[in-house]
Order: sequence, then C-alpha cells, then structure tokens
Amino acid sequence: MNSVQVDARVGRTESLSLLQKRRRRRGYVSQTLLTVFSIAFMFPLVWMLATSLKPGGEVFSSPPKFIGSEIRWSNYTQVWTYVSFGRYMLNSFFVAVAGTLLVVVTSLASAYAFSRLRFRGRDGLFFVYLGTLMVPQEAVVIPMYLFMTYVGWVNSFQALIVPWAFTAFGTFLLRQALLTVPRELEDAARIDGANHFKILTVIMTPIVKPTIAVLVVFTFIGYWNSFLWPLIIVNDPQHTTVPLGLNGFIGQGGGQWQLIMTASAISMVPTAALAIVMQRYLVRGISMTGLGGR
Amino acid sequence: MATNTREERPQGDGGQVHLAPRQRRRRGDGLVAAGFLAPSLGGFAIFTLIPIVASFVVAFTVWPLSGGPTFVGLSNFIKLLTDDPNFFQALGNTLLFVVAYVPLNLVLSLALATWISPRIRGRNGYRVLLFIPVVTPMVANAAVWQMMLVPNGVVDGVWYSVFGIHAPNFLGSATLAMASVVVMSLWQGFGYNLMVFVSALEAVPENLLEAASMDGASTTQQFFRIKIPMISPAIFFATTMTLITSFQVFVQPFVLTGGGPGNSTSTLVINLYRSGFLFHKLGYASAIGVFLFLIILLVSGIVFAVQKKLVHYE
Repeated sequence: MNSVQVDARVGRTESLSLLQKRRRRRGYVSQTLLTVFSIAFMFPLVWMLATSLKPGGEVFSSPPKFIGSEIRWSNYTQVWTYVSFGRYMLNSFFVAVAGTLLVVVTSLASAYAFSRLRFRGRDGLFFVYLGTLMVPQEAVVIPMYLFMTYVGWVNSFQALIVPWAFTAFGTFLLRQALLTVPRELEDAARIDGANHFKILTVIMTPIVKPTIAVLVVFTFIGYWNSFLWPLIIVNDPQHTTVPLGLNGFIGQGGGQWQLIMTASAISMVPTAALAIVMQRYLVRGISMTGLGGR
Repeated sequence: MATNTREERPQGDGGQVHLAPRQRRRRGDGLVAAGFLAPSLGGFAIFTLIPIVASFVVAFTVWPLSGGPTFVGLSNFIKLLTDDPNFFQALGNTLLFVVAYVPLNLVLSLALATWISPRIRGRNGYRVLLFIPVVTPMVANAAVWQMMLVPNGVVDGVWYSVFGIHAPNFLGSATLAMASVVVMSLWQGFGYNLMVFVSALEAVPENLLEAASMDGASTTQQFFRIKIPMISPAIFFATTMTLITSFQVFVQPFVLTGGGPGNSTSTLVINLYRSGFLFHKLGYASAIGVFLFLIILLVSGIVFAVQKKLVHYE
C-alpha cells in the first residue's frame, strides 16, 4: 500500500515538471502569437493615427508609407475649425453627460422601489419593464420621430437625451445590486429616523457604487456612439453630435482623409479612455448583465 | 412606517394591533413607491411603452412625412412580403450577414478567449486592447476601414507591392462589399464576446481541469468536455445577444458602403431608414420596424428553446 503511494507520488512529480516545462514553452509561443495577432488587430487604429498626421496629398501614396514627408501636427488644430468639430464634441459631451445623469438618477429611484418597497403590482410592473428590454430601438424610431415632431423637439438637445433615458436596463441593473444590500442596514437607519430618501441616498447609493459605475460606463458609451437616432432627429450643426458630424464629413467629399482621420481619432478618445480606466467595471458589467442577471 | 410595525409588535396584544399596522404599512409603502417610481415610470410609459404600441399602430397606416395618417390595415405588411424587391434584398442581405457574422464572431472570440485565459502574462492588457473598437464610435471605425479598402488605399497599395497587380475593388463589387462589411464588423465587435468568454473561463474551477489532466484528459478533451459545458450559459448569452444585434446591423454598411453597390449591402435597418426618411413613408418604415422586432422575438424564442437542451446550469 505504502510503496504504491510513494511510486505514484514520484511518478507524479516527474510528469509534473515535464508538464510544467512543456506548458512554459507553450506559454512563450502563445504569448508571441497573441502579440502578433494583437498588432495586426490594431493596424486599422495605427493606420488611422498615421494618416491623421500626414499632409493631405500623401494619404493614398503608393507604395503606402506610415510617415509622410512631414509629421503634420497642425491637422489636430485645423480639424476643430475645418468642420465645426469642436461644436460637435461639446454637443456630444453635453448629451452623453446629461443623459447619463438622468439615467442614473431615475434608475436608482425606480430600482429602490422595485427592490426595497412593497406595493401592489410590483412584480407585474417589473415584468413589463423586463419585457421591453427585448424591443430593438430601431422598431420604435418611427413613432418616436412622430412624437418628437408633435411636441416640437426636432433639432433639440432634449430629443437627443430624453427618449432613450428611460429604458429598463438601468432599473434592472441597479435593482439586482440593491437586492444584495442586507436588510439590517436599512432597519438600523430607520430606527435612527431616516426616511426612504435618506436611506437611498446616504446608505444604499454608496454601497452600490460599483454597479452605478457600470451603468455610467455603459450609458455614456451608448450616448456617445449613438448614430441612427441623431441621424433622424437632427439636421442642424448646432445639435450635431460627433458620429453624425463625422458621417457628414465623410459624405461631403473633397477627400480630406487626413482630417477625417484626425476627427475619428479624437472622437475615439473619450470612450476608449473610459474603457481603459474603468475596465474593471466594464468586465464586471459584462459578467453581471451576461451571467449574473439570468 | 415599517418601523412602526417592528416597534409595536413586541407590545402587541393579539390580532387587532397586529393587523392595523400592517395595513398602514402597505398603504404607506405604496405612496412612497409611487414617488420613487414616478420619474422612471412616467418616462418609461411615454418613451418606451407608448412608442412600442404606437409602432404597431403606425405600421397599419400610410403616413407621409408631412401630413396625417390613413388607416390601411395590413396592406403595408402585405406589400412588404409580396411586392417589394428592395425589402426582399435587404432581408436577404441581413440574413446573409447574420449567417456569416454570428458563427465567425463566436468561434473567433471563444478561440481567443481560450488562448488568452490561462497563464498569459498581461492578459488584461490584451483583453482591453481587443475591446477598444467595441467602445469607439462605429462611424469612426467604419471611416478608417473605408479609407483602407478603397482603390489606392493601404490594402490595395500593399497588394500591388506584393503581387504587382491591383487588388479587387473591395467596396465596389457586390460579393466583396458584403464580405468587407462582415470582416469590419468582426473586427469591431468580437471584443465584446471575448470579454464575456474570458470572464466565464476564469470562473471554471482550476481543480476540475487539474483533476481531468491527472486522469489523462488531453487539452482538447478538457476544452470540449469541461470548459465548453461549464461556460455554456455564457455561450448561450453571447449567441443570443450577437444574433439580436446582428439583425439590427446598420452603421457598418451605412458608412462603409452606403448599402451599395446597388443594394448589395442594404440591410433591414438601412431599408427602414430609407423608407422613412428618404421616401417619406413613415407607416411603411414602421412596418419594417415591427417586422424586425418579430424576427428578433422569433429568433430569441428558438435560441431559448434550444438552450434548454444544451445549456448546463449548475
């Protein structure tokens, strides 16, 4: 019995070290291959940056070159005035920030009601909320457009912000988070005389901050990248957002590709930076909505 | 108010006292709940519920961009399904896109996730890098690809240097244009599923794989017999989401090819947009929207039915 055990252990250590060696070698190979793949994958973005620094005539040089006859940093100053790109950026920031705020505040309140209060029809109502998650935005843009013309919101910031601030997603996400807050905290606060508003703002909100961060990241990115709706509802430069302005810039011809690339590069900065800085919350959000929210 | 219940209960002597606070509590919560729900529920009713119902109503009308509606019953849908070659082509293109894009996306993201997830140094870096195109504006992504793929663009340039002849016109030929849209969409979109699968794979217990490898299971066996079943809920989720979003494909073909050449990359949503805002037929466009919704509902239903058999929940 004993000898068998010893034998097995010896065998195992031997095969383990072999295995480890093989694994390590395989690790280097994977690492190299993955790096090559990632570099190839990043090529479009690298090419975008390279082009954004070229003089206009050299965008389509043959053979292609990464660096033109000079590095033209001035493209990055010119683009703000060549089209009203500065205005588009401001518009996009305003719409995305205001929209995100609205979503967070209203979702927090309704999520609190759905998770922490008892009232008749609560589960039924929540079910209706959930049901609308399935409906694609494209299916409702026509009635939404008609509604906007009816209330006179065509070409306005409120039309860009308000219609998509009341989807069920935020309520759903924050309800999940609030449900996990222990009942005792709430009871203790109540005994101390806190009302529901205080409980939500002072006790609950700090606890569910990570989930709020998830909601902020997703909502901001959603607003920033939104294209179909602005395309439908806005046709003046005062309200044009970045994707819409970029699309107009591409369509306007004249082949100013170096400036289009400059604008594209700038347009990517806010959401790319957000994704990098908040990557923890992105990952969390994806696994929450994807797997936890089942 | 609920505090009352708690505080009164200890001294409560019998049913009478017990009942009254409970009633009070419920009514109180109802009022508070109404207050908390009002902003969200009001907006939800006006901007989500009513438009959903209205999309069906509008779909039963002829509604020009300037002017009022005329009720026409099902005739928009009948025209869509029997007598509209543009819609048919858009539907066909969308199906083609879905059939090409969804499996490629899932296979690619799952393969890379498996590759990244074990002991690769700096795997978070790779993961975020590959995720960047998911969060950057799709219009900007598509602009870059358009510039790369046009004749004399960098792809053509490299092609010419290597082969001595010019590359085919990727965006100008019907088949290649669709292929370009699929490739560009893969590049921009697969990072999302990659993220989903990496998270799921990280949750697979290490000792399960170790035990299997002790028992002599090969890496391939471990992948198909352990990892795949363990992450099948994530696969189901990714499949459903990717299917739904790929039926909604719009920006990539709209910016990259403008739906062309001809109608060869026009999709359902491009068709919807054009019907509504180029040809000013809002009722008809809404019918396309409803049709899209029903397709998505049907497809999700099918996936859901299939997953009951295939997905392994703990």
